[in-house]
Amino acid sequence: MALLETKGLTMQFGGLTAVDNFEVSIDKDELVGLIGPNGAGKTTIFNMLTGVYKPTKGSIHIGGEDVVGKTPYQIVKIGGARTFQNIRLFKDLKVIDNIKIAYHHDINYNVVSGIFRTKKYWAEEKKAYEESIKFLEIFDMQDYADTLAKNLPYGKQRKLEIARALATRPKILMLDEPAAGMNPQETKELMETIHMIREKFDIAVLLIEHDMNLVMGICERIVVIDYGKIIAKGTPDEIKNNPDVIRVYLGE
Amino acid sequence: MKTENKKTYILNLLAIVALYIIMKVLMSQGILNRYFVGIIIFIGVNIVLATSLNIATGFLGQLALGHAGFMAVGAYTSALTAEALTSEALISQGIILPNLVVLIISMTLGGILAVLMSLVIGIPSLRLRGDYLGIITLGFGEVIRVVINNLDFTGKAQGMSGVPILTNFDNIFWIVVVIVFILYTFTNSRHGRAIISIREDEIAAEASGIPTTFYKVLGFSTAAFFGGIGGGLYAHYISFLDPNTFGFMRSVEILVIVVLGGMGSLTGSIIAAIVLTILPEALRDFAEYRLLIYSGLLVVMMVFRPQGLFGTAEFSLKQFLHKLRYNPILSPRKEVKDGD
Repeated sequence: MALLETKGLTMQFGGLTAVDNFEVSIDKDELVGLIGPNGAGKTTIFNMLTGVYKPTKGSIHIGGEDVVGKTPYQIVKIGGARTFQNIRLFKDLKVIDNIKIAYHHDINYNVVSGIFRTKKYWAEEKKAYEESIKFLEIFDMQDYADTLAKNLPYGKQRKLEIARALATRPKILMLDEPAAGMNPQETKELMETIHMIREKFDIAVLLIEHDMNLVMGICERIVVIDYGKIIAKGTPDEIKNNPDVIRVYLGE
Repeated sequence: MKTENKKTYILNLLAIVALYIIMKVLMSQGILNRYFVGIIIFIGVNIVLATSLNIATGFLGQLALGHAGFMAVGAYTSALTAEALTSEALISQGIILPNLVVLIISMTLGGILAVLMSLVIGIPSLRLRGDYLGIITLGFGEVIRVVINNLDFTGKAQGMSGVPILTNFDNIFWIVVVIVFILYTFTNSRHGRAIISIREDEIAAEASGIPTTFYKVLGFSTAAFFGGIGGGLYAHYISFLDPNTFGFMRSVEILVIVVLGGMGSLTGSIIAAIVLTILPEALRDFAEYRLLIYSGLLVVMMVFRPQGLFGTAEFSLKQFLHKLRYNPILSPRKEVKDGD
């Protein structure tokens, strides 16, 4: 069974149908791009997949588990992690604490042993620290561990947000316009980061992006939507030559 | 546990014991008379109230305007419990509990009742994002005051007199130490981190797998619990409870301490509680202008140091000593070494 599967996913806001009958199925180790013009409903789809909106109709399964009606943090536990279009970090906390917070569920001690600092507290906190450092090393950010997140350069902030999402140990990683506001150099670095993630982690990636170079460069499959409807699906080459896609992006 | 941490604990404990002994000596020499001891006890009460409110306002980032309400619940519950525990009926049966035990039992009960109240108002309002909690706690504080004003067993508007006097310098000193320790370790555990992440960015916290509603309620009810204990300590020192002292202004006074000290800094709250308890006493001759000075101080603070005295940083004795030791003026030949 596919890792992420949606069937007949529909979202209506009053009389407006923002997303209509969206169907996608993503397997393990796949990287799927979701593109479409502004206002096509891409972020709405993300918000449904991550539990921010409850879909009007349809079903979503992550790893075989029905997630419709679940709250965002429950979906994170099931295995769907995301990043945001406008970076959302814990700005006034250290980089390492940003990661530790995402580790929350893997740290195992209760309020009382946290207050009285039992052996378990020290052992678990040590483990959380070591794991977080290991994680930062994967992203080559260990030197920034004690920097406040807000003081990182833009590209690194984006990297940290992705690292934080991965620290929740997801099955599927959803990236909402990761290249937004990046210069070509930073975009190149981001592509390398995404490649590295796919090599080192055993997960699927769903990517929303406007940057065609990025999307065409790294996605295996692309889904194009317009006005909430899927207008094309296929490999990057198929999408490039699809008349509907050209019409949507360039006009008649 | 690392020896590094053990050293820090011992250092802090020694400093606290030294402070205690110094104050005891000053008291036995009569330098600190009853009036000063009274102020010190009020400082203790204010430290408990401010550090607990700091959990809700500074660490969790939720505006709470009804801390005096929790204080009132704690004060009255504690007073009634202590009266029951030291009643004639019990004494005639030969059950005489030591003062400290009575104080701890009644204070804890006061805290627990405050927690129940906080759950009633917190669970519905904390499910929402935004400042709903501020409005609801504002109303709650007033409701509590009006209810106490009209209940028979709380003495109605006449207040409650003859509350057993149990709080003294010795026990409030150590209770404050224990409470500050609990709050400090709590905010530095994984639960504290979850609470701080909600202040930083609630949506991101939820997307990182933090059950935000649970942690908001946990943070808010922790604040209420220690707010109730603060009320208990107050009741057993002042011995007379007037419902109107637990009004909105009292909540604001506690909030001012928190804002002045720094939202998210427990040591900041302690320093601010000391300053803002002594200040009105020092300005006794201008008592009418107290509120004016308060608001003036806040305005000046907001203009020049909006994050409060300490911001979110904590004062650390170890780092302070380290800086002192390697200070270029005091000891110019020693080189500054990190982590020494």
